Amino acid sequence: MFTTENNESDYLMLSGIQHFQFCQRQWALIHIEQQWEENLKTIEGQYIHKKANQPFLREKRGNKLIVRALPICSHELKISGICDVVEFVRHPSGITLQGEVGTFIPIPIEYKRGRPKKGKEDVVQLVAQAMCLEEMLACDIKEAYIYYHEIKHRVSIEITEELREEVRKMIKLMHQYYENRYTPKVKTGKFCESCSLNNICLPESLNREPVRKYMERFLE
Amino acid sequence: MRKLLNTLYVTTPDAYLSLNGENVVVSKGEEEIGRIPLHNLEGICTIGWAGASPALMYACAERNISLCFLSSSFRFQTRVIGESKGNVVLRKTQYRLSDDEKESVKIARNFIFAKVCNQKWILERATRNYPMRIDVPTFKESSKYLTEIMKRILVTEDLELLRGLEGQAANRYFQHFNELILQQKDDFYFHGRSRRPPMDNVNALLSFSYTLLANEVASALETVGLDAYVGFLHRDRPGRASLALDMMEELRSVIADRFVLNLINKKIINSKHFLKKESGAVLLTDEGRKIFLKAWQERKQEQITHPRLNEKIPFGLVPYAQALLLARFLRGDAEEYAPFLWK
Repeated sequence: MFTTENNESDYLMLSGIQHFQFCQRQWALIHIEQQWEENLKTIEGQYIHKKANQPFLREKRGNKLIVRALPICSHELKISGICDVVEFVRHPSGITLQGEVGTFIPIPIEYKRGRPKKGKEDVVQLVAQAMCLEEMLACDIKEAYIYYHEIKHRVSIEITEELREEVRKMIKLMHQYYENRYTPKVKTGKFCESCSLNNICLPESLNREPVRKYMERFLE
Repeated sequence: MRKLLNTLYVTTPDAYLSLNGENVVVSKGEEEIGRIPLHNLEGICTIGWAGASPALMYACAERNISLCFLSSSFRFQTRVIGESKGNVVLRKTQYRLSDDEKESVKIARNFIFAKVCNQKWILERATRNYPMRIDVPTFKESSKYLTEIMKRILVTEDLELLRGLEGQAANRYFQHFNELILQQKDDFYFHGRSRRPPMDNVNALLSFSYTLLANEVASALETVGLDAYVGFLHRDRPGRASLALDMMEELRSVIADRFVLNLINKKIINSKHFLKKESGAVLLTDEGRKIFLKAWQERKQEQITHPRLNEKIPFGLVPYAQALLLARFLRGDAEEYAPFLWK
């Protein structure tokens, strides 16, 4: 049978991409096992998003239309989430928007605590957001920004085809894990120290002696 | 490991608890008698007739603060549980194994192995610490006996047999319990367990500490996403937190028994702190409860090195660490559940 309906409840959270990029196990613990623990960093993150998270605030500034907390999704990727901020910039080669005169280029902006990271976790999340917007607005997005709270600056990210392909592959793997409810064991490393789930994951205990041996030691 | 915060014990029988901003407010009639910010608390435990406002119940559930109500005789009455934490897949694994006797016994025997092991080390420790006061040869003999039982437990594949071995070990261990009382022998003696009601001072203390511990274990299990009511050794019975009772087996002696012995041997508590009712039932007085709870809290803050995790944690987090290790096993990260073994 053929159906055009999408089962949107099977969609994964877009924000999970950053977790998956950081550590696959962390992603599985949060998204499959629903584990979460607040710490200073996560609270700080929420605080920073308070400003961006104002869905009823729509601003026009010069040649820009600024939209906050924009719900987005991709039926192709089967993900959904929220863009912190999307700036629609007036441009002759842009797209038309319902209820607005002229044409615009959409530019997603993601708000992050801290400063630019060594890893790619913030970038892949932004790329996925751009891909959602491209699908929803039938447009091309070449550039997007990440605003870092600590340096109070936005960093430009080019949305390349390589990055798009990387994100597609990642999301495919995430769907596979999710369907199998599979929490991978992964290599532990220094990055475990900055993980908010360190206490729940117990990365070190994954590398211990067999339980049986541990118990037998107490027979002496 | 996560942080151990305080538990607020409310012992005033007619106190009412409510929420004000981010604080829990304790009031008696119109008068406010206490106020504590919620973010300092890990649990609230009320004893007696105290009530609490729905707003406070919700605030606690939301912040993962365990809120429980005990009767004035320390019987567990109820606990406020919020939205189920964690993963339905984890809980279904738990249910599946619980229904399967062969699989259940593999987990149950590790609980019981640790129970006997920890009992054994209480006896061993006594031979080391008080060689002049106890009959060392009989203690040593019992310790050997318990080791033999532990070896048999490790290979048991039958729940009934396991319960039998547990019973034999408990008998042997409790035979020595009276000898572990080294002070105030006129007022504190142990001739066997009496529970409903406790008929002597020692049983009153044991009962209270088991109730507190059971409650701490149940909330730890639920914090990691397990169902405290579905056990492996204890079978389902409506209203019984079977898994909490399972896990308590390994912690009873090492957390509760030793705590009670300490209270008596260090003369922290004395005969004046008890009230004997006409029926022979023994109750702790208000003053006795306060002393008990203060010491219980202090004990929880003491740092230990967890024998399996090799990590320094406060003693009060042991139930949480064990709940995590159990969840780890159920989700396939470990080949067996690693119980808490304490020398």
